[in-house]
Amino acid sequence: MNKIVLSAVGLSLLSALASAETVTVYSSRNDQLIKPLFDAYTKETGVEVKVLTDKEGPLMARLQAEGSNTPADMLITVDAGNLWQAANMGLLKTVNSKTLTENIPPHLRDARNQWFGLSVRARTMVYNPSLIKADQLSSYEDLADPKFKGKLCLRTSKKVYNQSLVGMMIAQQGEAKTEQIVRGWVANLATDVFADDTKLIESVAAGQCAVGIVNTYYFGRILDKLPADKRDAYPVKLFWANQKTNGTHVNISGAGVTRYAKNEAGAIKLMEWLSSEKAQNLYADKDMEFPANPKVKADVLVSSWGPFKQNLINMSKAGELQGAAVKLMDRAGYK
Amino acid sequence: MRLSSLRGVLLAMPIALLTLVPLLVVLGAFLDPQPEIWTHLIDYVLPDVLKNTLILLLGVGCGVLLLGVPLAWFTAVCEFPGRRFFSWALMLPLAMPAYVLAFVQVGLFDFTGPVQTTLRELTGDSSWFPRVRSTGGVVLVLSLAFYPYVYLLARNAFLTQGKRALEAAQMLGMSRQQGFWQVALPMARPWLIGGLTLALMETLADFGAVSIFNFDTFTTAIYKSWFALFNLPAASQLASLLVLFVLVLVGLEHWARGSRQYHGRIVAAERIQLHGWHRAMAVVVCTLVLCMAFVVPLLQLLFWVSSIWREDLDARYFGFTLRSMAISLLAALIVAVLSLCLVFIQRRFAGRMTRWTVRLATLGYAVPGSVLAVGVFLPIAWLDNLLIPLAQSLGFAGYQILKGSVAVMLLALAARFMAVAFQPMDSAMQRISRNQEDAARSLGLSQRQLLWRLHLPMLRGGVLTAVLMCFVDVMKEMPITLMTRPFGWDTLAVRVFEMTSEGMWANAALPSLMIVLTGLIPVVLLVLKSED
Repeated sequence: MNKIVLSAVGLSLLSALASAETVTVYSSRNDQLIKPLFDAYTKETGVEVKVLTDKEGPLMARLQAEGSNTPADMLITVDAGNLWQAANMGLLKTVNSKTLTENIPPHLRDARNQWFGLSVRARTMVYNPSLIKADQLSSYEDLADPKFKGKLCLRTSKKVYNQSLVGMMIAQQGEAKTEQIVRGWVANLATDVFADDTKLIESVAAGQCAVGIVNTYYFGRILDKLPADKRDAYPVKLFWANQKTNGTHVNISGAGVTRYAKNEAGAIKLMEWLSSEKAQNLYADKDMEFPANPKVKADVLVSSWGPFKQNLINMSKAGELQGAAVKLMDRAGYK
Repeated sequence: MRLSSLRGVLLAMPIALLTLVPLLVVLGAFLDPQPEIWTHLIDYVLPDVLKNTLILLLGVGCGVLLLGVPLAWFTAVCEFPGRRFFSWALMLPLAMPAYVLAFVQVGLFDFTGPVQTTLRELTGDSSWFPRVRSTGGVVLVLSLAFYPYVYLLARNAFLTQGKRALEAAQMLGMSRQQGFWQVALPMARPWLIGGLTLALMETLADFGAVSIFNFDTFTTAIYKSWFALFNLPAASQLASLLVLFVLVLVGLEHWARGSRQYHGRIVAAERIQLHGWHRAMAVVVCTLVLCMAFVVPLLQLLFWVSSIWREDLDARYFGFTLRSMAISLLAALIVAVLSLCLVFIQRRFAGRMTRWTVRLATLGYAVPGSVLAVGVFLPIAWLDNLLIPLAQSLGFAGYQILKGSVAVMLLALAARFMAVAFQPMDSAMQRISRNQEDAARSLGLSQRQLLWRLHLPMLRGGVLTAVLMCFVDVMKEMPITLMTRPFGWDTLAVRVFEMTSEGMWANAALPSLMIVLTGLIPVVLLVLKSED
C-alpha cells in the first residue's frame, strides 16, 4: 500500500518536473522588449523562460567562464557584430531547423546557422526639410562631400551600430575608400558627435544639423509619442539611403543557441516560435523595428515610411570587420 | 619586517584577498600580450585619453574641494539662516547616480534643451551659450556628483576637531581667516584627502557619465578594447595600469603625510555667526549647489516619471526595491565590519607592510566596475567548474553552486566598496591619540576593552558615514550586480541599466527616482544621529 502511494507521489512529482520545462536565456536586450514575448510563449506552451540581462561583453565573458556548466540555453543580443563575435568565440552551436531557415532570409543569418536575425533595424538618414531637400540627399558616401560642410550630425563611433555601418562599407568599398569617406564625414560635422540617436534626431528637429544617420526605430519612438495629427508636421523626415546603389544598411537583433545548452531542443523551439509570424509581429512592433521574417508586415507607423531596398550583404561581415572599422574610425578622428 | 608588522599583514591579508584576487585575475592578462592592439592604442587612442583623464582628475579634484570644503565649513562651524536644513540636504546628491545627473544636465543645457531653446525663442540666437558637452561641462557635472564625498568627510572633520585649536590660533593673533587656512584646514587633512581619494577613484572608474558627454577617458579606452575590439586581455591590461596609477597616488599621499598626527581635544563651542555678505554668500552657495546637484535633476526625474508611471509601475517594483535595500544594507554592513577590522589592524600593528596590505584592500574602487566584475566572476566560475562535477557525483544536480548565490554577490560588492567605508573610519581613527590609548591602558583596560570603550565610541561618526556612503553606493552600483546576481534577483539598478541601455531615459527615471528616494532613508538617519 505504502509503496503504491510512494510511487504515485514519485510519478506525479516526475511529471510535474517534466511539464515545468524551462529555457534559460542570457540577453543584452531590454527586459521590457522581450518579456512580453516570453510571457506569451509561456502562456501558449507552458514552458517557462528564465532571463538574465547584462551587456554583451560581460555576458560573453560569463558564458566563456562557465564553459560546459553554463545554465544558459540561448543568447540574445542586438547587432550582428556581437552575434558574430559570440560564434567566433565558440559560444554558439549550429542549429538545424527548417523552420528557421525558411523564416529568416539568408543575409540575416549566419552561414553555419549559429545565429539568426529576429528583427531588422535599418540605419538610414533623417533630415530637416526646412534646411535641406530630399533630392539633395543620396547615399552615406555622398555625406562626405564638402557640400554638406557644417550640416552633418553623427552619433559616436563607440556605438556598435556605426561600427557595423562602417564595417559594411569596408566590405563593399574597400578600406582606403571608406577611410576617405569617414574623414569627409568628420570634416562635415555640424557639432560634436552625439551619445545617442534620440538626441541627434532632436538636434535635426531644432535645426542644429540638417542631416544625420540614425536607426529608424528611434525616429519611430519619437513620432509615436506625438499625437497622430502632429506627426506630419514634425520637422524631421526619413530618407532611405543608397536606393540607387547597394541599398540601405540594415542590421539585426538576433539569437543563437549556446554551445553547452542543457535544453537545446527547448531553445530551438523558442527560437522557431520567435521567428513565426505571430511572434514576429510582437517582436518587431514593440520596438518599431522591421520583422526579420519577410512574410510579416511591419507596424503601421513603420510601414508608413514606405518600402525600401535593403543592402543584402551578409550580416557576418559586420562582425568580421568590426575591429577594422573601429581602428579606421580612430584613425579618421571620428570620436 | 618587524614581528608586529608581520602579524598585521597576516591579519589584514584575508580581507585584502577579497580585492586582490580579482585584481590579480585582471593583472593576469599580461600573460597574454596583445601587441597589435597596443600599437593601435598608442598611436591613435592613448595620447588623447591620457590627456583627458589627467585634465578630468585635476578638474574634478579642484571642483570637489572647492564645493565640498566650504559647504562643510559653513554647515559645521558657522551659523546662518537655513544651516540646519542645508547640513543634511547637501548630502542628498550622494543618492543621485552620476550618469543620471549627466544626462539631466546635458538634456537641459545642450542645444536642444529647454534653456537654449528658450534663449533662441527670445533672442533668436543661442550660439554664445557655453557648450555643455565640453571638458568644462563634464568637470562641472562630475564635481557636482562627487562633492558629497568631500563634504561628508570634511564636515565630520570640522565637527570633531574642536575649537580649542582655533581659539589658541586667535589668541596668538591670527584672524579668523588665517585660523581657517593655517589651523582648521591642515587639521582636517586626512578627511579631505580621504574624500578627495574617493571622488578621484570614482572619476577614474566612471563610464556612464563620461559616455554621455562622449568624453574619452582611460575607462572608455578600456571599454573600447573590450566591447568594440573584443579584446578582454587588452582591456584588462589597461585596467591594471589604472590600478598601478592609483597605487602611485596612494603612495605619494602617504609619503607627503609623513608622521604628522591629527588629533586634538573635542570641545563643543559656539558657532561663528555669519554677517552681511558672508551670510548672503553662504545661503546663495548652498542653495545653488543643492539646486544644480539635486533639486533640478530630481524635478526632471519626476517629470519623466509622471509621463510613464502608469504603464511602467507594477507590482514587480516592490521586489526590485526590497532587494535593492536588502543587498545595500547587507553589503554596507559587511563592508563596514571588514573596514573596521582593517582600521584596527592598521592601528594595532603599525608598520609599512601592514599599511600597504590595507591599502591594497581598498583598490577595487578605482577599477571600472565591469572589469572588476569579470575579475570576480572568473575565479568563482573556475571554482564552480571544479565543484559542480563533485556535487553531481554526490547526487546533487545543478549548474551553479557559488555563482548565483547572494553571498558571492555580497563579497564581490565588498571588494568594490571597501575604500568607501575605509576612508571615513581611517580618518576618524586618526583623531584618537596614542595618549588617550595609553591613559586608558594605564587605567587597566585590556586591548579588547580598549576597543569597546574607547575606539568604537570615538569612531561612531566615521562608522555611520561609512555605512551611509556604502549603502547609497551599492544602491547605484550596476556592473557587479548585473554580473553576479542570482536569476530573478533584479534590483532597481538593474532596471536602470535595462532602460538606459536602450536609451529609454524616461523609463529609466522611475527606478532612478526610487534609488534616490530609498537612498534618502539612510541620509536622514545619519543626520538625525549626527545633529545634536
